[in-house]
Amino acid sequence: MANPPLIDIQGLSIGFLGRSGAMLPVLHAIDLRVCRGESIGIVGESGSGKSTLALAAMGYLKHGLKKISGEVIYNGADMFARSTGELARIRGGQLGLIPQNSGQALTPTLRIGRQLHEALRLHCALPDGGHEARAIDLLTQVRLPDPAVILRRYPHELSGGQQQRVAIAMALAGEPDALLLDEPTTGLDVTTQAHILELLRDLARTRNMAMVYVSHDLGVIARVCDRVQVLYAGETVLEGPVQAVLKTPAHPYARGLLASIPRLGDRSLPRALEGRPPAPGSDRTGCAFAPRCALATDQCRTIRPPMVTGEAGQETRCFYPEQTTRIDMTGSGAPLSCCMADNPAALSLNRVAIRYDRPGALARFLPARPRPPATVDDITLTITQGETLGLVGESGSGKSTILKTIAGLLPPAEGTITLGDGTALTPRVEQRRPEQLRRIQMVFQNPDESLNPRQTVADILGQPLRLYFGLKGAERHQRAAALLETVRLGAHYLDRRPGQLSGGEKQRVAIARAFAATPDIVLCDEITSALDVSVQAAVLELLNDLKARHQTTFIFVSHDLTVVRALSDRVAVLYQGRLCEIGASAAVYAAPSHPYTEVLLNAVLEPDPDHAPRLLAEDATDLSPPARGCPFQRRCPVKCGSICDTDIPPWQKAADGHAIRCHIPLKDLAKTGPA
Amino acid sequence: MSAPAAPPMRRSRLWDTLRDMAARPSGAIGLMLVVLHLVMALISPWIAPYDYREMNSAVILGGPTAEHLLGTDHLGRDVFSRVLLGGREALVVTGIATPIAMLWGGMLGVLLGLRGGWVDEALMRLVDAFLALPGILPLLVLITVFGSGNEVLTPTLAFFFGIPVIRVARAAAHEVVARDFISAARARGHSPLSIVRREILPNVTDTLLVEGAMRWSWMLLGFSALSFLGFGVAPPMPDWGLMISDARVYMSLAPWGVLGPVIALSSLIIGINLSADALAKTLGLDQGRKAVV
Repeated sequence: MANPPLIDIQGLSIGFLGRSGAMLPVLHAIDLRVCRGESIGIVGESGSGKSTLALAAMGYLKHGLKKISGEVIYNGADMFARSTGELARIRGGQLGLIPQNSGQALTPTLRIGRQLHEALRLHCALPDGGHEARAIDLLTQVRLPDPAVILRRYPHELSGGQQQRVAIAMALAGEPDALLLDEPTTGLDVTTQAHILELLRDLARTRNMAMVYVSHDLGVIARVCDRVQVLYAGETVLEGPVQAVLKTPAHPYARGLLASIPRLGDRSLPRALEGRPPAPGSDRTGCAFAPRCALATDQCRTIRPPMVTGEAGQETRCFYPEQTTRIDMTGSGAPLSCCMADNPAALSLNRVAIRYDRPGALARFLPARPRPPATVDDITLTITQGETLGLVGESGSGKSTILKTIAGLLPPAEGTITLGDGTALTPRVEQRRPEQLRRIQMVFQNPDESLNPRQTVADILGQPLRLYFGLKGAERHQRAAALLETVRLGAHYLDRRPGQLSGGEKQRVAIARAFAATPDIVLCDEITSALDVSVQAAVLELLNDLKARHQTTFIFVSHDLTVVRALSDRVAVLYQGRLCEIGASAAVYAAPSHPYTEVLLNAVLEPDPDHAPRLLAEDATDLSPPARGCPFQRRCPVKCGSICDTDIPPWQKAADGHAIRCHIPLKDLAKTGPA
Repeated sequence: MSAPAAPPMRRSRLWDTLRDMAARPSGAIGLMLVVLHLVMALISPWIAPYDYREMNSAVILGGPTAEHLLGTDHLGRDVFSRVLLGGREALVVTGIATPIAMLWGGMLGVLLGLRGGWVDEALMRLVDAFLALPGILPLLVLITVFGSGNEVLTPTLAFFFGIPVIRVARAAAHEVVARDFISAARARGHSPLSIVRREILPNVTDTLLVEGAMRWSWMLLGFSALSFLGFGVAPPMPDWGLMISDARVYMSLAPWGVLGPVIALSSLIIGINLSADALAKTLGLDQGRKAVV
């Protein structure tokens, strides 16, 4: 490229001092060049060193890390050689950082206006009076509605997407030449993510900025980046134009990573990448990926491969780039274990409504005020035995709330929940009989939270065994070991504590704990969202396996439509605690669909640079559902008139078991099918 | 951090913790002081050069000499011997009362933290009301009613010093209760007591241990303050608080008289505080300096 690189990282190695006193590297001789107007994606799984690299580009190292060798040249000079004053001017000014979780990055006690003012005061030469106008201008640029109102708000009064936009506005305050983005859309809803990515693309283009985009999500990278660098265990294993890297990757790891991503168009389980990456700073000879590589030879295990030129402008760290095509990148094609639709019911929800607000002690004596609409309302569902029901929806749609209610942790305000044999479940877990409790088990989203850090795996698995079956001593130990086998972990894990396990292993232990009760129904609350994609694929495979073997009924909650697609027999779409659409998985993902399903499906990102999401509706969600009419009325792109504001739409039967709740006739909904 | 699999042969956690504490300067000094005091309290009856009751009218308020290293008091008793012996009562009483205070305060706090609701609210307001009083006042009231003596002092101290522990234990439990493994245990149907014992207590013991060490030093000060006021140890038993009180009267004549007990008491308190500080850091409760990798 003709213009000189703005950020030029050469041979950068970073490490930490190990207990033995030796320097243990977490980044190995990384080269990274970014020019103006160029956007580079850094892809890698957790622990690959991608965030460390992004921070190092600012000349910043986390506590405990040290630069071993190499240079980080920004605008002609080494960042690590600059003075503190100089760095302070560059950071946040010419070089902006957008962090992963802006809710954490914004000061909770200061209004947005104050925080933007601060950024403007430090990094631009406006007179004090001009700040407000500039702040409004910045918020308009990041497409926040009512910028003047937002300025007076505190961070907690904004949604996750709005917070992220404010963070982008703050980074833009200093008129940066380069932006570093550390997973800026991870944890956001699909629609919000798609909107933010479009915004970033436009900003990069109009301002001719250099962008370094760090993410584990190849779909995001495909959308915003020109070039991609794939990191594995702290070293670059593949570098090249986004088209080549995502379509014909010349490195086995990149191929495995792509294969592990579930896709909308493919109703089969993604292929899992076996094994796990080496721990940061661990000693190694040969190729870091060799232990997990299907093509590995003795040469790979003993000699570290150099970067070589591969197909279509890629640089790959592999001895056999031409052989990598042998590694399949499509889904596993493994048939999903499917259940009979005419199985008897396992669980029924009948007009369940859930409220978080409670009338206060004085409410009885005060004049009656209209209560806000229920958080979850009018949920009627029947789940048949051995079926997997996917519950999809954005954050705040009440999916987890429904699971908590089924588990008895949150009593419903109205409605009943009955087991397959007709016995009604008491609202509260404390009143349920042990036998009822045993039959319903729950797996939580984040295993770091759901496993007690002070217990060993044996203790964790022993709890349900002791409680439900009264197992003791050797018998309990044996059963726990057998459970670990079913989740493909060995008995040697029994003595470990959660802190000694990887994310995927922890979630396997959590799944094993649920299966310890030999349950009929397992409630899965976003159980793969805290995991890396390759690990997620393995967990999905495991669930499918367990389902086939134990005929277990699953309720699988996720915000990720592709994951739900990969695993579910039936899917229910929720918006703000109300059902919009329900039906067999294939039917829900095809036309006709509810306008909301449509919006969600079109916002899904694929790891394909030629695929563009379509933004059909605004991403702003109101905090509470409307008091009357269709719950989706405020965002619906095809609203058909005042009837949507006043009447709750009827269920329209589209096909056997497929129903859509909308005023628009089915034949019109079918016309607007997914592109 | 994903350390390589820990070797199966591990010494007890207590030993590991003590060793890690001793590796820090604060821990090394603190533990040394505490151990020194404990050893001294144990062996002082055999090494004290004089009987603590032995009066010598020839050397009343005498200065430090070779026979009397720290001089003599207003009754001509050897101050050095009395300093050596003066911590025994305090250590025994607080040594028993501290664990009792931690136990009842800790258990109640954790239960309230788990249960919440109006019982929690009501009891916590009571605790607040109590904490608003100057600490020594209710102590004095109880002692005036029931009389002094160790059999009264021990339960009294255990009761009053356990009240602030409720607050600490409740706060620590609150942090744990919000986590999903508690929801998971509730959803499985475990009883509250089982949840407290298996899920919460293992996660709050660290906090309670550090708190206990701090409470111990507070209690020692409280005990000495009572003795100083004449409500604690009865003469002629030597006690640092009492000795300071006695020597204070003659400070202008024999300023060295207060020196011995003051140094003894403060070195023990400082030792405990330093140890508590090192313990907090070792257990990772001190968030300020946590390594990233």
